[in-house]
Amino acid sequence: MTDPVPYDQLLSILVRDEPRVLTRITALFGRRGYNIKSLSVGNTEHPGVSRMTIVVHGDRGVVEQAIRQLEKLHDVVKIIDHSLEKYVDRELVLVKVAITPESRVEVRQIAEDFRSRIVDVGRHALTFEVTGDEGKLTAFIEQMRPFGILETMRTGRIALTRGSNADIASHIYHEGESEALRPVVEGLEAREERARGVPNLF
Amino acid sequence: MGQADGQDQQGKDLSRGEMTGAKALWATLANHGISTVFGYPGGAIMPVYDALTYYPEVRHVLGRHEQGSIHAAEGWAKATGEIGVCIATSGPGATNLVTGLADAMMDSVPLLAITGNVARHLMGTDAFQEADITGITLPVTKHNYVVRDVEELPQIIAEAIRIARTGRPGPVLVDIPKDVQMAPYAGEIPTPHARPEIPAPSDESIQRALELLKSAKKPVIMAGGGSLDSSTEITALARAWDIPVITTLMGLGAFPASDPLWLGMPGMHGSVAANRAISEADVLLGIGLRFDDRVTGRVNGFAPNAAIIHIELDAAEIGKIIRTHVPVRGDAKVAAAKLTENAVKGVWPEWTAQITEWKGRNETPDHWGAGYAVKAVVDRLTPDDILSSDVGQHQMLCAQLARFEKPRRWLNSGGLGTMGFGFPAAIGAGMAEPDVRSIVIAGDGGFQMTAQELATLKMYDIRNVKICIINNSYLGMVRQWQEMFHGKRYSEVWLGDSNPDFLKLADAYDVPGYRASSIEELPGAIDAWLNDPKSALLEVVVPHEHGVFPMVPAGAALYEMIESDPKRAAQLKEQLADAPMNTASIEEIAEEARNA
Ligand SMILES: Cc1ncc(C[n+]2csc(CCOP(=O)(O)OP(=O)(O)O)c2C)c(N)n1
Ligand SMILES: [Mg+2]
Repeated sequence: MTDPVPYDQLLSILVRDEPRVLTRITALFGRRGYNIKSLSVGNTEHPGVSRMTIVVHGDRGVVEQAIRQLEKLHDVVKIIDHSLEKYVDRELVLVKVAITPESRVEVRQIAEDFRSRIVDVGRHALTFEVTGDEGKLTAFIEQMRPFGILETMRTGRIALTRGSNADIASHIYHEGESEALRPVVEGLEAREERARGVPNLF
Repeated sequence: MGQADGQDQQGKDLSRGEMTGAKALWATLANHGISTVFGYPGGAIMPVYDALTYYPEVRHVLGRHEQGSIHAAEGWAKATGEIGVCIATSGPGATNLVTGLADAMMDSVPLLAITGNVARHLMGTDAFQEADITGITLPVTKHNYVVRDVEELPQIIAEAIRIARTGRPGPVLVDIPKDVQMAPYAGEIPTPHARPEIPAPSDESIQRALELLKSAKKPVIMAGGGSLDSSTEITALARAWDIPVITTLMGLGAFPASDPLWLGMPGMHGSVAANRAISEADVLLGIGLRFDDRVTGRVNGFAPNAAIIHIELDAAEIGKIIRTHVPVRGDAKVAAAKLTENAVKGVWPEWTAQITEWKGRNETPDHWGAGYAVKAVVDRLTPDDILSSDVGQHQMLCAQLARFEKPRRWLNSGGLGTMGFGFPAAIGAGMAEPDVRSIVIAGDGGFQMTAQELATLKMYDIRNVKICIINNSYLGMVRQWQEMFHGKRYSEVWLGDSNPDFLKLADAYDVPGYRASSIEELPGAIDAWLNDPKSALLEVVVPHEHGVFPMVPAGAALYEMIESDPKRAAQLKEQLADAPMNTASIEEIAEEARNA
């Protein structure tokens, strides 16, 4: 049932634009020991509502527990659990790479292959902007590493649901949508066996 | 609020002068039917206290420490099920509320805390008595607010009240800067928000629960603090199916103790019957609870043979600790009623016989000690009386020995385990229900954490609060753990040489005091104490070293419980040389339980 293997899962959270709303969310994650890998926030098309994408690293049980705790926050308007949907996601990274007269051409060539743009040109360094999914960004950084990376900054992943599914329901409690709320259909083997797979969050 | 009197044609309230933020606060509270608030004034909340003089319809109860005030508000809320309100000034006043807020959060108590703060232009400058109370209380409130504009104040108060009592209740704090309190206010005074309906459980989940219950051979119901308001439905459910009922520390009173189906409390100091029944059950129906570790014992040894049905409003509690086979999310009242409609009277004679045997193993205290004293006091409770307890051995003894017929007659700090809770909570409950006796049993340690509230009894001439101190000269619960798990190295738990004379302490506040130190003295002292027309204090001096049993050592499973006091067993063995008794030492048994 619950997959005990931790992996990255994307959540988009629509929140009321109230003071401390970011603190409330990060404090909840901190307090309960959920692992945030990245978080990005911005305004939305609705005044007074911000949207954040959080990458949570954890197994399915932990992430679902996190979602249900988030649902209880007064400022949370809606949670989209991208694991249940098809989605697009992007991340932007700025990478400042050291150059020498000899390496300059090669560095630019690699950047071109990645369709990366140069956003700043210096005597000893070029700064690139790369957009893409995680694999592309990692590949880019690895390619540039031998030349000397001086600085990087990433925005964190942002995600939207694909297609016209714009108004998907927030993560709701209906049985079946959630692993933890899904009843055990198989027989009733001794619970002690199964209990081992259940994360004790406290 | 009075509508006709004191108002001119425009509806302007002449008798109360210009409307301000502070007055709008009181008007909003009054509109929400709040009759009593507990609090303590100070610089940053002075406009609110000034405005209070215009609102005699709200009674303010002055405590002697903000912690006392907030626990009193909790006691009010726990007894009535209605929201409790407390008020404090900025800085130290506000930080003194933190323990009570955390307590209310853990026990899902509907509470509104109002704090003053420095004026807006001073916020963030480390001004005198400034504290970031919304930051501090963020993890221990259901929600909190800083009011930045007077126009929002009444609406925020109305919303805060709604949040506090909606769904799973909890504490909400509203922080009001002093200049916002003083600002003129021209808007409306809101009336209460409609209470949103509690979601009803899905038919599908009820159906699955029914199927599971029908398949059961050894079912048991476990009802927690979230089941108190569905007590009638749960009682009907249990009787219709003939399923035995366990009530947790927070759920005591959800099912009448006089019913033969009642098995007592589960967990660390739970009854033999409750813990054994959980360990043997094949279906466990949990209602309004969160499977606290003090209830479950070692999690993977909890109800090892049972399929679990969990009726719960807060989805985050379902599957949090214990894997649930049939989650039923929604109103426990509705769920219990639906499960009753389709009830099939159980036929499990062996299960019933087994349970009867376990129930026979529950021991009644028969020799002088804290248990005997607690039993003597709780035996005098009528079904209407409210019993509060503080935290420690006496609390567990109360929970084991008191017999509650109705919900909301038992007030204690279950989740946070806050010493100092009991006495002020009893004051709050006693003020909410002046015609009912509000009895508190406290330890000699915990009573001293909020003993200053004796002044509140005196100030308001409160006559229905009866204080019983079980004086064992120790921080008894900690001492018991040191005895059992720390090689009897008693570290900083002896209070005997420095405890006050509790009768003199009471006398200093004109509270009459009584004392008993033996089986012989006790009945007379209890009579005198309860018959005293005033609030009164009874000190029961008991032997220093006693343990609370049964006990499930931390980390052990419920079925590894130590059923009775091994020291007592050894003593009895000496007296009755040939009677078969368990003679293992406490250390051996605890060690065995840990290794099991
Ligand atoms: C505020 C607070 N501090 C410390 C504790 C830890 N603690 C739990 S029980 C206990 C002993 C209580 O002693 P007493 O009030 O005399 O009650 P007894 O156990 O002796 O009945 C202590 C110190 C606590 N629960 N709350
Ligand atoms: Mg004591």
